[in-house]
Amino acid sequence: MPSVPLSWYLIVAALLFSIGAYGALSRRNAIGILMGIELMLNAVNINLVAFWRYVEVEGLAGQMFAIIAITVAAAEAAVALALILAIYRTRDTVNVEEIDLLKW
Amino acid sequence: MTAEQFVFVVAALITLGSAVGMVTSRSVFVGALWMIAVFGGVAALFILVGAGFLGIVQILIYIGAIAVLILFAIMLTPRVMGDPNAPRYNRQWPLVAVMTTGLAAVLTVLVLRTDWPLAQEGTPVITGFAVELGKGFMTTYILPFEVASVLLLVALIGAIVIAREE
Repeated sequence: MPSVPLSWYLIVAALLFSIGAYGALSRRNAIGILMGIELMLNAVNINLVAFWRYVEVEGLAGQMFAIIAITVAAAEAAVALALILAIYRTRDTVNVEEIDLLKW
Repeated sequence: MTAEQFVFVVAALITLGSAVGMVTSRSVFVGALWMIAVFGGVAALFILVGAGFLGIVQILIYIGAIAVLILFAIMLTPRVMGDPNAPRYNRQWPLVAVMTTGLAAVLTVLVLRTDWPLAQEGTPVITGFAVELGKGFMTTYILPFEVASVLLLVALIGAIVIAREE
């Protein structure tokens, strides 16, 4: 076993997740929200890899899951930034408080 | 404190400090630069925990692709950068700060109070991840692999269609 306890990794991941959630929920800029979400995905990956190393070390599932999560994060970033660019082109803003077309 | 613990504390402080810098920076562009430091810190944590291949993948995809993509998007939406005095947070940010601090506290207490089913001492650790992961993707995990390929293709086409000039 490594000399760093499992709980250290989990606490760092929990703090990173909370900071990312704060960024995603409080930013007015749509790109800032996206960056917060990327932070939360990274925190989840830390948890997956830490659990792989300390609990399921003879298998590969933890690392596989982390790689799939990174893939999904890349796809999500590409689509989200395309949406932000499309909204910027038509509405001339990326402030989420002004993007209220679907609000009634 | 052992060397491993020292490296862990340094990497964790870089990660969390940069994350705080990211969400509090006034300019989104500076926030994106902080975000690159967060990704680097997370890659260091991956390598420290023993998943070296994932650390390299993290640097390649997050720093090399996603961070550059986000910097591009910030550059392509110039009206945001042009107004440095606009408030960076929405009206609900104090409530969000209280909620996320509470979430962090609850998660920390839960992590410390849970009895994790740790692996046996001396369980052999797989080495040569690139080979093992490649074999895994072609055998046991072939369905998730194919689904991820289709997802990437769909996301690529979707991004082009959405962002295209009419």
